[in-house]
Amino acid sequence: MAGGSERTGMVESRGGSLWLTHVLMILGVLLIFFPIWLAFVASTVTQADLIKPPMPLLPGDHFLDNYKRALFAGVNVPVTTMLVNSLIMALGIAIGKIIISLLSAFAIVYFKFPGRSFFFWLIFITLMLPVEVRIVPTYEVIAGFGLLNSYSGLIFPLIASATATFLFRQFFMTIPDELAEAARVDGARPMRFFVDILLPMSRTNIAALFVILFIYGWNQYLWPLLITTDPSMNTIVMGLKQMFPSGDDFADWPVIMATSILAMIPPVIVVVSMQKLFIRGLVDSEK
Amino acid sequence: MDKRVTFKGWLLPVLLIFPQILISAVFFFYPAGQAVYQSLYIPDPFGLSTQFVGLGNFEYLLGDSYYRASFFTTALFSTLVTVVSMVPALFLAVLADRLIKGAGVYRTLLIWPYAVAPAVAGVLWLFMFNTRVGVVSWYLGQLGYDWNHVLNDGEAMGLVVVASSWGRISYNFLFFFAALQAVPRSVIEAAAIDGARFWRRFFTIVLPLLSPTTFFLLVVNIVYAFFETFGVIHTITSGGPQQATTILVYKVFSDGFVGQDLGSSAAQSVILLFVVGALTVVQFKFIEKRVHY
Repeated sequence: MAGGSERTGMVESRGGSLWLTHVLMILGVLLIFFPIWLAFVASTVTQADLIKPPMPLLPGDHFLDNYKRALFAGVNVPVTTMLVNSLIMALGIAIGKIIISLLSAFAIVYFKFPGRSFFFWLIFITLMLPVEVRIVPTYEVIAGFGLLNSYSGLIFPLIASATATFLFRQFFMTIPDELAEAARVDGARPMRFFVDILLPMSRTNIAALFVILFIYGWNQYLWPLLITTDPSMNTIVMGLKQMFPSGDDFADWPVIMATSILAMIPPVIVVVSMQKLFIRGLVDSEK
Repeated sequence: MDKRVTFKGWLLPVLLIFPQILISAVFFFYPAGQAVYQSLYIPDPFGLSTQFVGLGNFEYLLGDSYYRASFFTTALFSTLVTVVSMVPALFLAVLADRLIKGAGVYRTLLIWPYAVAPAVAGVLWLFMFNTRVGVVSWYLGQLGYDWNHVLNDGEAMGLVVVASSWGRISYNFLFFFAALQAVPRSVIEAAAIDGARFWRRFFTIVLPLLSPTTFFLLVVNIVYAFFETFGVIHTITSGGPQQATTILVYKVFSDGFVGQDLGSSAAQSVILLFVVGALTVVQFKFIEKRVHY
């Protein structure tokens, strides 16, 4: 927020309206937070407290009970297992995407080879095909490879997307030609240039993209829902819905709400702790 | 847009680009091709053979009142999600922009919901409005309003719209806030000297200056409502009651996987492909324009 001081000038900041602004802002934040707060409260009370509405609005004393039950027993499978699956999937997607995009962007920007623009357009077109519109055939491909209920099946279909490639291409274009020139004059091989110069210069971009892609991977729902029929391969975001009973029984709300809190902790930590990188990555990748 | 300095050789770049091309071919182009192929056929009831029907699946879809209803549902849903997620976000961003101190703290608090998966958001909102344990539905009951999104179309739609918009408010807030911070202070101060009050300044000066951001968010939020809200709908309503919340993407899933109607599901995928294509073109056209600005 540079230039904050010049903004104290002419416009606004009369005491009364400033207070009003704060009050409205706090109300907004509380309203936005309310669903998360309720989920947290529900994860610290007993089922008996919940099935007799209205539920309490302040936390109870069953925090440890509920979280222990969720983590180590769960409903179909312990939540610990689902957390591990989600972590592997999110890391696999983020790291895999970054690696293949770095390599292909390097090839497109720093080489002239036959078919370059053809390949470029081929990658470009994949921007237009979200997984949701080709689910049935993609499912058939994965089933054909025997990759249902496997990490490869969870990860590979989601790591090919043009966004990351474009971002790196964009960034490589801004790197001064003199660096590549100097590397060439020194007789450095292309891969040396890539590893010693390009990678270190891309550090911030890689980190920003990692935050975005980690959340993208962690929050996937439809794809894991289709290909993990075995509960021990469920991810936490899709497994949450599987915890509801199919009939008319009461859902085990305290455990379900503890699980939903556990499902949001990792991405929230990533976003809040890397806020600056995250906002930068967001603005870059959407441009 | 080419580098002056490039390396020589063709084998290395081909090897470098190969992983991405391979994955795109196997998981994008082949499935997309399959979707087009399957959309022209119908399998027999035993799945042993298929019969070429040309555009029959499309003809059938366009004549199908359920499919047309799903188009209407999608249009309504995405319009509502766009409005419900953008208006409060703009309001909060304007408030945050007025603050000289503390805006960063509010921003940190407000980005939380963005990190929450749509499917998890669905469960949180389902919990609040559940007919048996929901605290909001209980209080509504005390006020004499009998909430039941399991039976009532409008309430089901309202609930999936709010649950889908919730996390998007954070996202839109970040973009609006960044755009507001970039509005030149001199312009605002000039208007202030001329005696324009806050809301007048807002509508005549600030809002027009925000229009590139607003238009960008409009497109991005429509894309979000179309393609990324599956988790919310699946957790809260499963497309019901009576298909009242079955948006197009949900219908591809329910016809393809639940109903096993592959030809129709594939034809729907192809139609969606055109929708995505059109939205992408709009987005790029807009970005080009902004570059010329």
